[in-house]
Amino acid sequence: MRNKYLKGTARLAGLASVLPLAGCDWDVLDPKGPVGDQLKHLIVESTIAMLIVVVPTIIMVCYFAWKYRASNTEAEYLPKWSHSNKIEVAIWGIPTLIIIFLAVITYQTCHSLDPYRPLDAEATTKPLEVEVVALDWKWLFIYPNEGIATVNQLAIPVNTPVHFVITSDAVMNSFFIPRLGSMIYAMAGMQTQLHLMATEAGDYLGESANYSGRGFSDMKFRTLAMPQDQYAAWVEKVRSSSDQLDDQTYPRLAAPSEAEPVKYYAHVEPNLFDEIVAKYNNGMVMDKSTGKMIHVQSAMSDMNMKE
Amino acid sequence: MLGRLSFADIPLDVPILVGTFLGVAVMGIAVLGLVTYYGKWGYLWKEWLTSVDHKRLAVMYVVVALLALVRGFADAIMMRTQLALAYAGNPGYLPPHHYDQIFSAHGTIMIFFMAMAFMTALFNFVVPLQIGARDVAFPFLNNLSFWMTAVAFALVNVSLFIGEFSQCGWLAYPPLSETQFSPGVGVDYYIWAIQISGVGTLLTGVNFFVTIVKMRAPGMTWMKMPVFTWTAFCSSVLIMVSFPVLTVAVALLGLDRYFGMHFFTNDGGGNQMLYLNMIWAWGHPEVYILVIPAFGVFSEVVPAFSRKPLFGYATMVYATCAIMVLSFVVWVHHFFTMGAGADVNAFFGIATMIISIPTGVKLFNWLFTMYKGRVEFHATMYWAIGFMITFTIGGMTGVMMAIPAADFVLHNSLFLIAHFHNVIIGGVYFGYICGMNFWFPKVFGFKLNEAWGKRAFWCWFVGFYFAFVPLYVLGFEGMTRRLNHYDNAQWHPWLLIAEVGAVMIMFGIVCQVTQLYVSVRDMKLAENRDETGDPWNARSLEWSTSSPPPPYNFAIVPHVHELDAFMHDKENGIDTRQAGGPYQPIHMPKNTVAGFFVGAFSFVLGFAAIWYIWWLAVIALVGIFATVIARSANQDVDYYIPAEEVARIENEHTRKLMAQAAE
Amino acid sequence: MAHDTTLSDAHAEHEHHELPTVFGFWVYLMTDCIIFGSLFAVFAVLRNQFAGGPTGKELFELSGLALETALLLVSSITYGFGMIAAHKGEIKSVQMWLGVTFLLGLGFVFLELKEFSHMIAEGAGPDRSAFLSAFFTLVSTHGLHVSCGLVWIIVMIVQLSGVTAINERTMNKLTMLSLFWHFLDIVWICVFTYVYLASMI
Repeated sequence: MRNKYLKGTARLAGLASVLPLAGCDWDVLDPKGPVGDQLKHLIVESTIAMLIVVVPTIIMVCYFAWKYRASNTEAEYLPKWSHSNKIEVAIWGIPTLIIIFLAVITYQTCHSLDPYRPLDAEATTKPLEVEVVALDWKWLFIYPNEGIATVNQLAIPVNTPVHFVITSDAVMNSFFIPRLGSMIYAMAGMQTQLHLMATEAGDYLGESANYSGRGFSDMKFRTLAMPQDQYAAWVEKVRSSSDQLDDQTYPRLAAPSEAEPVKYYAHVEPNLFDEIVAKYNNGMVMDKSTGKMIHVQSAMSDMNMKE
Repeated sequence: MLGRLSFADIPLDVPILVGTFLGVAVMGIAVLGLVTYYGKWGYLWKEWLTSVDHKRLAVMYVVVALLALVRGFADAIMMRTQLALAYAGNPGYLPPHHYDQIFSAHGTIMIFFMAMAFMTALFNFVVPLQIGARDVAFPFLNNLSFWMTAVAFALVNVSLFIGEFSQCGWLAYPPLSETQFSPGVGVDYYIWAIQISGVGTLLTGVNFFVTIVKMRAPGMTWMKMPVFTWTAFCSSVLIMVSFPVLTVAVALLGLDRYFGMHFFTNDGGGNQMLYLNMIWAWGHPEVYILVIPAFGVFSEVVPAFSRKPLFGYATMVYATCAIMVLSFVVWVHHFFTMGAGADVNAFFGIATMIISIPTGVKLFNWLFTMYKGRVEFHATMYWAIGFMITFTIGGMTGVMMAIPAADFVLHNSLFLIAHFHNVIIGGVYFGYICGMNFWFPKVFGFKLNEAWGKRAFWCWFVGFYFAFVPLYVLGFEGMTRRLNHYDNAQWHPWLLIAEVGAVMIMFGIVCQVTQLYVSVRDMKLAENRDETGDPWNARSLEWSTSSPPPPYNFAIVPHVHELDAFMHDKENGIDTRQAGGPYQPIHMPKNTVAGFFVGAFSFVLGFAAIWYIWWLAVIALVGIFATVIARSANQDVDYYIPAEEVARIENEHTRKLMAQAAE
Repeated sequence: MAHDTTLSDAHAEHEHHELPTVFGFWVYLMTDCIIFGSLFAVFAVLRNQFAGGPTGKELFELSGLALETALLLVSSITYGFGMIAAHKGEIKSVQMWLGVTFLLGLGFVFLELKEFSHMIAEGAGPDRSAFLSAFFTLVSTHGLHVSCGLVWIIVMIVQLSGVTAINERTMNKLTMLSLFWHFLDIVWICVFTYVYLASMI
């Protein structure tokens, strides 16, 4: 154990020189989609705005402490001085101005980057619908229009907006693909929504950003962003699987398991997602288009929730 | 007979725990043996454990806080080591079952038993002395509060060796913490520890609120109150308003677990977000409860070591009060990602940012206190300057996360971990240690060692950056908190650097322990003694007493004419002590065993309830009631220190002052 | 001047020692108020989460409630008579009024327990739905406070027997108990209107 540790430390020295360069490769600051892009700009802009105060403050702390050190009897000493209206105005005013600036961009981005808001691209391109279920400890992705489902693998076509509807059939999790942008909680009996899009093909990390128990560390998935034709081929590959997801197979999948391998389901029972939500709401589910509560008919709603 | 407790619950199969247990047992026996050898049991019991003297309780709180620091840090370095190792298929040395308990315990212990205990220690020691009072308003409740905190901490540590601790993080979010997903005793240990210590903290809040409102020395109007007392006041208000909410939230979780209710369960109409709202309606004020007194410490230390009054006293007070009020309208920023509407998020985001204005103003106030002063680079001042630099950065990253959209990618990542350690270590911890260095000579009559104090500071300061800057980077790299292992090659080097930082911090703690040891060893040396009671030529009333102060603090309650009362008196040749009397007998509260017994019964109640040993729980509950009723029937609760005794103590101090002045 | 100060200090010190007790208890009651406030908020959030179980309209009966409310309100008045007697120093009378208050309070707790056991027997216990969890918790938190008040009343009756005069410490305790008892009355009025009446409309 110690040996490995030492080796690791030795490797550090070599790595240290490369680290600053690695900066451009940090997931959140090297996004692969429009949401992530805007978030990156937001983070950079707000940081710069704050550095306007932060850097001078830190310099002043060091400079004042040094300049007015007790041994420096050259420096001016005002043993009674404790008030100045000019300084008061500046120390209240400057932070206030910066916070006003930040408040404005906060308000704007809260609306423009609201996870529920359809992306601009959705005006021209019909989004891909994906229903996400957080289970103990794996992710289930249902493609309702394709009628297929996968576990721990999410394939999406490049340059096509994706509309996620997210719930949980266990504890609270948070659905997060760092390269694409925003995360949102997955909660049992509730549905949250998220709009994301990949503009570059690639294999991106997806994970849960909210601790969910023993198997949490392996509760991750790969996000495969691929060109449209490859995506179509992928859908066919899933369809050729021999597995189906229905009232019989779902409870087996939902039972707690750790480090689950990728699974494909050629067919998924329609309404499965609604049933998962409804079983925590007396068989009711919110209709996404009208916002009204409607009843879901199925065998699932009678399922024992404490399996 | 023993509920669900059985021999199998003692984790003899986990070598780390067995080793820890043996270590604790050996040290415990050694301490008990020493106390017995020196025949100090009676002294310990009569003068300390049953004491209602706020100064003694402060010392006991610090002992609890330092033990909690060691325990909490042991957890921290184990986590860092696990993450330095558990990479690319290596499972590390801590399986999730153990690792999850460690991070849950680390957060719980550091906040409730390290930070809260240390803060209460500072309140206890400083506030009555600063306002010219002879004790707090309710000395018995003060002793009771201490025991509730101490036994709750003991309960958390018992979970190491009997059963397990919570594996749900330091706030035990449901539904994970519900019986369905966490059937073990871990969450029950958490619930009872929080509830018992919560009672203690609430009573502390009430006690100091009443003390500050009712017991200030004549002439000390609100705007002549020292800033530390102001911050203790604001913090007490926050405790009184927010801790009941914590009590309710955790009690409801307990009801879900013990009686199958449906407050936060997935089924039965429960609502997990209700818990999140309640826990953070407490949790956010809580961080201000901790950090505001730290601001108070800096507001005393920076003027004392800059040889100048505090810049902008009134601004400081208004800023503190503004923070106090605003801290109640920001709690949703802990879960921007729950899918609330854009307007809700914008409101709470902007409210959060607004807090940074008064906080920034405070920082500038300390800055301009140094300006055109004579800054002495004492170890105490090191912590203050280190704080100003570190906290500024922590504040900036906090505002970044207050922008809801930015939080959508930073939430729950290691960036968040880095941020709150940045403000809690850089703000709270640096503040409390700064305060300990500052007031130590007042408590014990000798100073802490300078050289080791500075070494401790440098280890902590540099170690902090090594440990947490990598975490900021890892947050940008998409690493979330509470991971047990990972296979991302990009993350590994940063986690190794963080491990180096944790080791540096460990050396910082070693330096602090050494500092205590060396200081006690050299306490008799003349240059370390504090004979005058005013070693730093400081400004507020506590420095007008002898070090350590007499049991009654002030033989004659001082009259306050100005802000910085003691400095005003010194400059104008007024004898704050009014040495020479005439002295009157002083009315004092008697020590009591009731607090200890209520604490002990609470411990038994908690333990019995955790393990479903109901007969024992009933006995303990009856014990608590019986003790309280017996205490209320006891008429022999106070005594008078005769005027001659007061005169003897005071004259002796006057003699010392004269001798010092003659030198 | 120094002499003057000492005298006024001695006076101030006297006040210091006795006054904060009642003030402190008042402050503590305000924190208790926040506990109830939180429970009311919880009830507000969960009041329609029936999970297919019974609703308040189906469960609550106004007649029993009216009696409970009457008992508690009258007990506040009898406690008031007790305080008047205490100010006059009539110890026997204080004990008598405390006894009456105790019986009224006991009646209240008895009726509440009867209501609870009836509901639980019908299958509408606190584990049936979030609404019932919130209902039982809020109402029984109040009931638990009343029960603690009952214990306190007994302690006061016992402590008063055998004394010849009511000293300041005992008077403080009676005053605090008075605050506590009236406070519970106010909370009950909120429970009655917000939990029961509003659920039945």
